Amino acid sequence: MNPRERLAYFARHWPTDKGVWIPGRAVRYRERSLFDDFGDRSWMALLIYGVTGREVPEATARLLERVWLLCASYPDPRLWNNRVAALAGTVRAPASLAVAAATAVSDAEVYGARPVHRGMQFLAEVADRRADDRALLAFLRDRLRRERALPGFGRPVISEDERIPVFLAELDRAGLEETDHQRLVVRIRRLLADCGLRLKPNIVAHVAALFLDLGFTPQEGYCLVLLAFSAGILPCYLDALEKEEGMFLPLSCDCIRYVGKPPREWSR
Amino acid sequence: MTETITTRLWHEEAEEDNPFVARRCRLAGYDVYGALLPRVGWAEFLYLLFREELPEPAAARLLEAVAVALAHPGIRDPSVRAAMNAAVGRSHRAAALMAALAVGAGRLGGAAEVARAVALFGELGRDLDAWRDRARRLDEGEDESDWEHLPGFDPRTERASTPVCQALETFAKLRPGGWLGWLWAARLDLEAVAGCGLALSGVVAAAFADLGFPPEAAEMLYLFLRLPGAAAQALEQERLGWRRYPFFAEALEHLPAADYRALLQRLGERL
Repeated sequence: MNPRERLAYFARHWPTDKGVWIPGRAVRYRERSLFDDFGDRSWMALLIYGVTGREVPEATARLLERVWLLCASYPDPRLWNNRVAALAGTVRAPASLAVAAATAVSDAEVYGARPVHRGMQFLAEVADRRADDRALLAFLRDRLRRERALPGFGRPVISEDERIPVFLAELDRAGLEETDHQRLVVRIRRLLADCGLRLKPNIVAHVAALFLDLGFTPQEGYCLVLLAFSAGILPCYLDALEKEEGMFLPLSCDCIRYVGKPPREWSR
Repeated sequence: MTETITTRLWHEEAEEDNPFVARRCRLAGYDVYGALLPRVGWAEFLYLLFREELPEPAAARLLEAVAVALAHPGIRDPSVRAAMNAAVGRSHRAAALMAALAVGAGRLGGAAEVARAVALFGELGRDLDAWRDRARRLDEGEDESDWEHLPGFDPRTERASTPVCQALETFAKLRPGGWLGWLWAARLDLEAVAGCGLALSGVVAAAFADLGFPPEAAEMLYLFLRLPGAAAQALEQERLGWRRYPFFAEALEHLPAADYRALLQRLGERL
């Protein structure tokens, strides 16, 4: 088929294996019936099935829910994504738009969803190399020299990550603390510390390791954390909504530090 | 200690009796409401925002023409469809524009494509062999693995559409030298290299490059300059309602995974 024939075909057909609503009767969800096969499953199990096409044990779904709960549900409006929701609340914008905008903002480069994707790619690349310590350190140094960062390592604002011990305890309970990719994260941390680099793993490195151990691709892992921030976002919106309008951390004119061109006149 | 926002663009002097109300606002040094508002047009203001200088008249005229060309992407454009989808279900009006922004941000006809195309002009210059080499490497998956076509071109076409050519001709006349002039002269060669037609995104990218906008500024401008058409079409469909809007009732064919993959292969789709 040439592009024009494909356009003509897809103008009338949308073949899919993802699912379909049969009006008034049922919903097919991939290979399953939504009502018959997922009546007693968690929403997280359904999400994983929807994203990956693989059915996971309820314990795995529960573990992913713990990741969402522990790692991404900070109801603090100073955090950049949550602050968007608080700003929406203070100007009385609708909650749906606040959540949508803050969720879009959560797909950030220095925090949020994108580091999970890059962290998984990075750990998978390191794991594939099967290098000894010396070669691995050389690889890390080279990466640091070229990109000035290692995905999943370091953290804006502070260097400690309070989520890690809690997360590792969850992994321990699930019997997943000593897996290949978790061991790799610990090994990288040790190598960086041994040569005096103050770069520590953040929670993303451990989450990325978990996702790789569960067999997720980077794209799947990224999709599975996109909605994880909503339990932090909504309280920030409501917090601003219950106060007087326009009162969320207002800025006075002297908060602007202007460093641009001096005052000038229009002369045309 | 008061935390501050550092900016080269915007300065405010407060009213004497209220530090939260500005008495005078300056953009890149110009008094916005006192001096610019009575004198400048939309395009001049946009140029000042992104370049920190007021444009020469020819540059302002080109930017205005670009804004007109982009103002309505057409009712079939995915970003406009996204806005209409929001409208027929009576979602918030801002949701219609958020939907248009999201869908208009992509690599096919979207803002990401414009940004990449602006960058490509800088990277490849006017060297047709360099463009040919890039297209080949992209086709063979050697680099830019996210891209399914050469940025600035439309893989669904064999040559530039009449409106694309008309936009290019209009822009090139306003800016005879530069990337637009080269694109006007080299269009057929470039289409042979790309294996498909030049797209409006490529034409607009050349205009943004000629205006001196970096890729990231071009991306932002392209995102919001396309919203007016989405907004107007959304309001129209809001009035008409979902019953008169396509549902594609017969289009969906749910297949078992194996049959689905086999069908896609027969259709020549990427899996």
